[in-house]
Amino acid sequence: MKIADKNTKAVDLVRAALEKAKEYEDYHAFISMNEAHALERAREIDAKIEKGEEVGRLAGVPFALKDNYLSPEGNTTAAAKMLEDFPAPITATAVKKLEDEGAIMIGRANLDAYAHGGSTENSYFGPTSNAYDKTRVAGGSSGGSAVAVALDIVPFALGSDTGGSIRQPASFNGVYGVKPTYGTVSRYGVVAMASSTDTMGCFAKDAADANLVMSIIAGKDEKDSTTLDDFWTKDLADAKASKKKIGLITDFMGDGVDADVKKTTEDYANKLKKAGYKVEEVSLPILKYALAIYYIVQPAEVASNLSRYDGIRYGHRAKEIHNLGDIYSKTRDEGFMPENKRRILIGNFVLSSGFFDAYYLKAQKARTLLINAYNEAFEKYDALLCPVSPSPAFKIGENTSDPLKMYLEDVMTVPPSMAGLPAISVPAGKNKAGLPIGVQLVGPRKSDQVLLHIAAELEGK
Amino acid sequence: MSEYKITIGIECHVQLNTKTKLFSAVDNDAVDKEPNSCVSPIDYALPGMLPVLNKAAVEKAVRAGLAMNCKINLTSRFDRKHYYYPDLPKGYQISQMYQPIIGAGVIHLPDGSDVKIEHAHLEEDAGKLTHFGNYSLVDLNRAGTPLIEIVSMPDIHSAAQARAYCEELHRLMMYADVTNGDLYQGNMRFDVNISISKTEKLGTRAEIKNLNSFRSVERAVEYEYKRQKALLEKGERVIQETRGWNDTTGKTTSQRSKEEAQDYRYMPEPDVPPIVLEQSYVDKVAASMPLMPADYRSKFDILNLDESEREAIINYPVLAKRLAEACDKNINLSPRIAHWFSSTLLTEENQDKDFSLATADELLELSEMVEKKELSSTAAKDVLMEMYDRKNTSKTPHQLAKEMNLLQENDENALSAIIDEVLMMPECAKAAEDVRNGEMKAIGFLVGQVMKKSKGKANPASVNELIKNKLS
Repeated sequence: MKIADKNTKAVDLVRAALEKAKEYEDYHAFISMNEAHALERAREIDAKIEKGEEVGRLAGVPFALKDNYLSPEGNTTAAAKMLEDFPAPITATAVKKLEDEGAIMIGRANLDAYAHGGSTENSYFGPTSNAYDKTRVAGGSSGGSAVAVALDIVPFALGSDTGGSIRQPASFNGVYGVKPTYGTVSRYGVVAMASSTDTMGCFAKDAADANLVMSIIAGKDEKDSTTLDDFWTKDLADAKASKKKIGLITDFMGDGVDADVKKTTEDYANKLKKAGYKVEEVSLPILKYALAIYYIVQPAEVASNLSRYDGIRYGHRAKEIHNLGDIYSKTRDEGFMPENKRRILIGNFVLSSGFFDAYYLKAQKARTLLINAYNEAFEKYDALLCPVSPSPAFKIGENTSDPLKMYLEDVMTVPPSMAGLPAISVPAGKNKAGLPIGVQLVGPRKSDQVLLHIAAELEGK
Repeated sequence: MSEYKITIGIECHVQLNTKTKLFSAVDNDAVDKEPNSCVSPIDYALPGMLPVLNKAAVEKAVRAGLAMNCKINLTSRFDRKHYYYPDLPKGYQISQMYQPIIGAGVIHLPDGSDVKIEHAHLEEDAGKLTHFGNYSLVDLNRAGTPLIEIVSMPDIHSAAQARAYCEELHRLMMYADVTNGDLYQGNMRFDVNISISKTEKLGTRAEIKNLNSFRSVERAVEYEYKRQKALLEKGERVIQETRGWNDTTGKTTSQRSKEEAQDYRYMPEPDVPPIVLEQSYVDKVAASMPLMPADYRSKFDILNLDESEREAIINYPVLAKRLAEACDKNINLSPRIAHWFSSTLLTEENQDKDFSLATADELLELSEMVEKKELSSTAAKDVLMEMYDRKNTSKTPHQLAKEMNLLQENDENALSAIIDEVLMMPECAKAAEDVRNGEMKAIGFLVGQVMKKSKGKANPASVNELIKNKLS
């Protein structure tokens, strides 16, 4: 990516990005633009460069911010009516770290409201179109971020991934998507979805850019007690795989998986072989249950995390109020999208007395089995290879009436989320219609850079 | 017909006196502060905010646990307890449902009975709602204040014991320095579960919520006993429900029944990692604990104090400490000190005094002066009060007594001169005559006159002796 210096003005980088965003406005990648602030920051950086001052590793680099990250510039909406007019008084840690390195947020990218969804169709502000076919979905929930990078509006964008929300839209739009090890990047200042699997990551055009962005936003944050000590410290070239062995997950190569997706994944396996990796087929039958586990644990945490949107202190409040019950029920009825409500209902059901043991507790036990199965596999393999999604981007509206079908979109991305593992989505090819297809590399905890190293080795091959 | 046996279990919420809140770095002391002035974005539950556990609150919890002779659980976790109310910003309270930090223990009441502790857990307090006609205002200053909730076993069997238990808990928490202990400010609040039965099988219980004084605990239990007894004697049944206490009417009233009870949808708190303590840490905290009321009780055994006198002193940790120190140094001079504390110092008007001002050595010195008749017991009390009022703490009791001109006149010559003067006084002539005639009752009047003339400094016993000699 282009970094501002004596010859490249930050103002020009930002202006180009803003112009491009305008040109591609009809894709609806952004909820709001941050033009005035962005240009002002760019001018400040140019002035510093002029004076020979330190400007950081991402000086003048424009980026798109998924609109669930809090930042005082403009409103943070989470693509929900509930927060339509919410000006955040603080800055998310990841955003602050990027800005400290000179990066400039040019706009807030669209998402499914509260990051609930896999298509960005659940946005209160309307869907984002796929970068390769406007009639198709961007994927989600970080659809706007993926499309902004795919359309070359910005060289990178921030997203959040709870069960596939970075990897799937990355795959649908032919860009890199990094979902790091749980705890790599601070969640402070990001609207929570499901706390135990929420991870903050990025979209980029190549492994090197993704590595640079992640190395900046990774690290311990005293404001998020689940963050790990910074392990994102290597040069990408040094983050070599030790076993040179990759497992191809056969469980995700069977029926119900699009033929082009299968072929692209097999082709990628062959490229790995050519690059000197040993690729073996491996079956982890428990992965099939991950989706069932996820759709118990995640809605439970969602229902809990959305409790704070009650119309009392900030955000939307319904007008016709006669009693306390009205404040809650009407506000929440008006402020949430149908998918939000569905998850609140499921979540409260599985947490309710008499059902907790049968659902939530059992799901958590199964989650432990899932983690154990992964650990066992990683004794043999550096990484596991599988598709990101069973099919390329589907048509806008195609799955909206069938929530279960929409949930099945997550079947391959959810397992590493439930185990807290790093997983990246790597652009690997296109189908005949020209729709991008990505593959997924999953590794043991803290092997994030190894995954990017492997992907980088195969770039252009 | 046998009597109904009452069975009581008590849950007590104790606000911890940490500098900052349980999960945020804002001021935890909201006394006299503007509403909503001690609120962080975390307590306000802005989107994207995450709780960060205050280690000081963990230490206070450990201290509280040790004060109650409880097992400290080396691993404990937080859970979310969900309900909607405007004083609960997140829509859930972070509490410890499944793995509390404080395990089973026992506390010893002054009357010698024991009450077992089931467990105690750490949690955050909610805010405060004030209702005005058709609207209500929310104050979140208290939201996020660390609490421990102490759950007793149903070991209590009378209203007086219920009160004694609450008082002892208060003492223990004060001794452990985990709370400011101001009941008026809600620093400690009690939920009392009461049932009655004639058999071994416990009756249906009612829970009286949110009692904030020892007296109301006692009265509520007394009322509930009568209410439940009346129901059962009429052949009706007690409903399991939550009841509120009205201090003015002296009655409890139904708030909500079991059927209406909320489903809190408990869930493990994913944002706060488990608390994992080392045994060495617990040992270190234990080593820093002061003596507890039960320790002082056995220490003061030898002084033969009334229970009420003893407990009055024990209510003030610093006085108990001073008395114990005095006992260690000179047991003979100590009963007088105990008596000073309970009868002179511990009165309403002395509530604001700094009870730490007089050291054990100084108190012993004062006691010795009385013992040696250098000071009358009345004068000693004046010196005692001066010791707690003095600005210059380097002044000894003897110096104070001297400055206050209270040292007793034991010099026979000086006393003799005063007595001679008094006997010459016309108003004393009759009394002197009576004494000469063997009517010894009249001597009291003469002694009084001498005391008056000496401004209280004369030693009455010596004066008595001298007058007798002069008039015989």
